[in-house]
Parts: sequence; structure tokens; C-alpha cells
Amino acid sequence: MRATMWGAAALIVAAGAASAQTLNDVRSRGVLNCGVNTGLTGFAEPDAQGVWQGFDVDICRAVAAAVLNDPMAVNFVPTTGQTRFTALSSGEIDLLARNSTWTFSRDTELRLDFVAVNYYDGQGFLVPRALGVASAQELDGATICIQTGTTTELNLADFFRVNNISYEPVPIANDDEGQQQYLAGACDVYTTDASGLASVRATFENPDDHVILPEIISKEPLGPVVRHGDNEWADLVRWVFYAMVAAEELGITQDNVAEMASAPGDNPEINRLLGTEDEYGTMIGLDAQWAVRVIEAVGNYGESFERHIGEGSPIGLARGLNAQWTDGGLIYAPPFR
Amino acid sequence: MTAIPDRAPPRFRAGDLLGDERWRGLTIQALALAALGLLGWFLISNLVANLAALGKPIDFSFLWRRAGYDINQRLIPYTSDDPHWRAAVVGMLNTLLVAVLGCIAATIFGVIAGVLRLSRNWLVSLLMAAYVEGFRNVPLVLWIIVTFSVLVHATPAPAAFRGEEAEASMLFGLVAITNRGTYLPRPVWGDGSALLLLVVALSVVAVWVWRRLARRRQEETGQPLPVLWVSLAILLVPPALAFLALGRPLSFDVPAVRETGIANFQGGIAVLNSFMALWLALSLYTGAFIAEIVRAGILSVSRGQTEAAYALGLRPGRTMRLVILPQALRVIVPPLISQFLNLTKNSSLAIAVGYMDIRATLGGITINQTGREFEGMLLLAGFYLTVSLVISGLMNVYNRRVAIKER
Repeated sequence: MRATMWGAAALIVAAGAASAQTLNDVRSRGVLNCGVNTGLTGFAEPDAQGVWQGFDVDICRAVAAAVLNDPMAVNFVPTTGQTRFTALSSGEIDLLARNSTWTFSRDTELRLDFVAVNYYDGQGFLVPRALGVASAQELDGATICIQTGTTTELNLADFFRVNNISYEPVPIANDDEGQQQYLAGACDVYTTDASGLASVRATFENPDDHVILPEIISKEPLGPVVRHGDNEWADLVRWVFYAMVAAEELGITQDNVAEMASAPGDNPEINRLLGTEDEYGTMIGLDAQWAVRVIEAVGNYGESFERHIGEGSPIGLARGLNAQWTDGGLIYAPPFR
Repeated sequence: MTAIPDRAPPRFRAGDLLGDERWRGLTIQALALAALGLLGWFLISNLVANLAALGKPIDFSFLWRRAGYDINQRLIPYTSDDPHWRAAVVGMLNTLLVAVLGCIAATIFGVIAGVLRLSRNWLVSLLMAAYVEGFRNVPLVLWIIVTFSVLVHATPAPAAFRGEEAEASMLFGLVAITNRGTYLPRPVWGDGSALLLLVVALSVVAVWVWRRLARRRQEETGQPLPVLWVSLAILLVPPALAFLALGRPLSFDVPAVRETGIANFQGGIAVLNSFMALWLALSLYTGAFIAEIVRAGILSVSRGQTEAAYALGLRPGRTMRLVILPQALRVIVPPLISQFLNLTKNSSLAIAVGYMDIRATLGGITINQTGREFEGMLLLAGFYLTVSLVISGLMNVYNRRVAIKER
């Protein structure tokens, strides 16, 4: 296929030409282009020093650590609900880690591949306590702020239609705008994934004046996304994520990983993961130490969760569905074998 | 006798194509055209090949699938069960609504500001200069967002209208201005309202006839007939009588706030703040440009025309209306067309305040849900191109009417 292309239309599909070698592109570029949220506390937001921090950001850093041996070699591209998939399929970003819901049509029709689920979520409603509403069923006639270009937009339409109650949508472009509109009273209700609501609420001056309604009206499995067609790259991102998950299950942490990786231990799975036994890294185009670097950079899944969005953080989300399967959750890594 | 030898026309040789002046121009043009065609073909075939390789060949069937999303401002019936094309039409109508109303308002703002900027009153002309420079030199999207925040923050929430001792009250009990939008009474057409409309239409025609009669009489005899008062009487009295005679067929659905559940206005016509903000900002912004065009047009009419009009005893107002503006229009109309086109295209900034124009429905949500960026952008470009061509076509017709008639 021709490598040179001109024109905006051609740009949209330029990625097609390069899709088979994302790994090589990232290596030769020396930096990973990672699409993240424009700003959602706990998931992806620059801190006071301008360094991106968050649960989704950690996925980008983990991949950069594995591939480029440097968790900071990431170029973060803030994307809105509307621009994210175009940015990915155009090749502007190599990887999208932006609270994106895995759905059938996105996986097939949009020519994307969801490699894993890093957060099991569902859509909820945030209302001011003063509104005096205790259930989503009482939202008849409400004005609702909703991010356009999201699955939540479609769930919302379905929920109100099925329950035969009316509402008026106020479309907004991103969480910041939604927050402003909601606080200014331009809408009665803000709806998005429950984790996003917790994140938004945590940034309010008086979080206690606002409640998240008990109803969760949808399944929102959020996860990192890559372009369809480059299976090597998809495998790499998938197993970088599962390395974090397996590390938690196997008791490998940011603190003890160096020690555990120094010599083969009793557990062969830990040995395979940390490269002290067999050459699993080469199977995904990396060296033997890849998983060690990932865990050194961002910690295991549980550590990353706890640091950014867990109960100890301002967001204060419980593990819930996102606990390890051994603790009754859905987080489950396939075996490293 | 000397015979003029018959010179045979020179035989055409291939070298002449470049060497001979008669052919060189044509040759170069033909080559340039061929190169352009080749480039176009290269781009298009590249695009088609790449889209196919990506597994997304060009396909418009997504337009017939269920849209699944709701739109808050609908000029035609629409629900989330309707297909994407209908959502696109809703967006198109919203774009056209804001563009048409915007062009009208921008022209009014522009003419007023343009004329007043030439005023000899120092304060007035300074104020107009401040308006023009302020709006012209700040990006439009900022004005849209500023207008929107003012509308949202300066107005009460619907809940404030509730209860016995409400903090806010409706204007004249009819109009509610809230931070969501402005709610106006909606006319409800009862039985016999068709007849009422007919009477109104007839009154308008009668006014027009009366004005023509008055003008002809003035031109023939020099005696003016009262136009204003008679016109008003014709316009108001028969419809009022018909309204009463037909048993008040027309009533108004006045918006009211819900007293239970979530406070929001029901009934009436809702003019959303997103629309108000976009419309106001677009018209004020484009109006500033039009003001300069109007000013240039007026200044292009020679000062002698004004003096001649004064010499004939015309007052300044009439001088402007009857002498200066008609001549200035010849200068004003052509650049005005491009301002109207700008306004229409600038309306695609609507998404900044969540106004659901075609850029937000077809070009935003639909593209995002179906992944058909290329097809969506093609349709959008086609839509804006068509609208722009129609506007400039109509304006060109008007321009021909006001242009100097050369006989």
C-alpha cells in the first residue's frame, strides 16, 4: 500500500497502511501515543506538576514501560467522547485508554479491538440532594446533562423510553463542561458511568450536597482499545494489562517485584511472569523483563486502583465488581502458561 | 501581373505543439488538466483502497439504522427510534433555523451600527466603534460561550418559579426566562382559526393596496393621504372583529412550572439557551462585520448626493432612506453575501454550547455511533455547500435588482 497520502480524508484512513506494525512504529518513534480522557480525576488528569496521573494513565505507562523501558515515554493525547475513536483509527494514537465501553458495534463495525476490561462500570445518575429525588424512576421531566458520543447517551434514551417517563437532554462535550453545567443548574441531573460520577463529585466543593442515585441502568465494561487488524499489538497490550492483574493475584507488588525477579522462586507462574523461567517476553516481541518493568512502573492492578480511585483516594470507589475473582469480583487474568 | 503564390498551409508537425505560439498555450493547459485529473484519481483511488483495507468501504446504509439518541430541539417529530437520516434532518433544520434568524438579526444589527457609527454624535459613534471592534476582534467561539454562560448564570432556575412565594416570576405572567431557556406562550388554533388567518391575510393585502393608492395620489396630485393611521386601523380592526365574531378561536398555551416532582416548565414554546446563545452571538459577531460593510457603502455615495437631497428640502432621515441607502446597496450587497455564508458556516460551532445542529447530530453523534467518519463528513460538506450555493444564488438575484440598470 502506498505510504504517502494527502488530504484530510486520506488522513482518516492513513492508519490502515501502518496497522500491521504498531509495535515497530512505537519503537522507532521512541514514544507511545496514548489517548486519554481530557480530564477525569482519578482516571486521567494532569497533576499540579503537569504530569498525567490516573488509573487509565497507568495502562499507558505500563505499556510504555514494557515496550520502551520508560514509563514516562508517553505522549498523552486528550480525547473527547466524540474524537476518541477517530483519533485511534486515524493512527493519531496507538492505544486508547479512556473509560471506553466495550460494545458489539464498536468492536466490529468501528473496526476496533477491546483488549480487556480494566473497570467494570455501569451508568448512574448524580443529583443535588436538594432535588429531593431518591430513585431514577422519579426523574420524570428532568433536564439531564449527558456527554455526546457515548453509550450513556443511548442507555439514557432507552431507560426513559422503557420506563415511559420524559426528560430533556442537554448535550455536553466532556466531563468538565458537564460539571460546570450541572453546578450552574443548567441541568437537574448529570449522568455518566458511576465511576465518573464519583470522580466528578469528589471535585465538588461540597460533595455531600450531591447524591448518586442507587440505580445502575447499564453494563459499562471499560477497557483499553486498539485498532482492529494488528493482532501482535493487541496481544501485547492485553498481556501487559493481565500482567498487572496476575501480579495482584500472585502477590507481586511494586515493592517486592525486584526481589522476586532476582532469582527463580517456588511458583512457576511467578517465574514465567517475571522472566526467571522460560522466555515469555519474546512471544509478544519483548524481552524477559517486560512484566518486571510494568510492575515497577505502576504496581499491580490493586495498587494502581487503590492509588488513583480506591477507598483511600478522594474518589473513594470500593473494589466491588473490580475485586479479584478470588475475592468475589470479576477481575480475572488468564493463566501465564 | 504578379500572381500571389498560393501558400499551402504549413504542415502540422508534433514539435509545433511546444514550439508554435498558436498551440503552446493549449498544450500547456491540456497537460495541466491531465496532471490535475491524475492527481485527483490518485487521491480517490488511494482513499477507496485504504478504506477497503481498513474494512470500512464507503457505505451509506448506516443512515437507515435506528439512531437511538434523543435531541432536545426538534422542528419535526423525532424520537430515538427514528433512523439516523431523520436525526440528520432534525439537525439540518436546526442549522437552517439559526442561520436564517441569524442572517436577519445580523443585518438589522449591522445596518443600525453601520449608520450610527457615522453619526456626528461623538458618544453614539464611539459606542458603535466599540461594538464593532469588540466583536470583530475576538474569536466567535468565545462570544458564543460567554453569551451562554451569561444566560445560564444570570437567570433563575425553574425551581425559583415554584410555590406561593416564588423568588422569580414570569414576565407579564406569560413569558418565563430561566437558566434552561425562555418559555413563550404557544398559540392553540381552535375551530374557525383558518377563517381568522384569512381575515388577517386580507387585511395585509388591503394595507398594501391602500399604500399604493396613497402614493399614486401623491405623485399625481401632490396631496398626501394619511397612511400610518389608516394602515394600523385596517390591520387591527377587522381581525379583532373576526376574532370576536368567530368565538375566540385562538387561545394561548401559557407555560407553567410543574408544582410536583422535578421543577421544570411545561407547555408553551421552549427557546433553549443553547439556541439563544448561538443565535445572539452569531448575529452580533456577523453584525459587526456587516456594520463596516454598511459604513463603507454609505461613504461610497458622494457627499454631493446628500447636499442635493438637502437642497431639495429632504430631511436627514429621508435623505438616508430614499437617496443614500439605495445607492449604497450596490456596494453593500456583494460583500453582504459572503457575510451570510460565513454566518451559516459558523453556525457549526453550535456544539460548543450543545445546540443540536447538523454538525452535532450527523457530524457528531451519528458518526461516533456508527464509525462512518468519511461518509458523514461528505454529507456534511454536501449540505453546507448546497445551503451556501442557494444563499448566494438568492442574494445574487437581489443584487441584480439593486444594481445600476444600464440601458
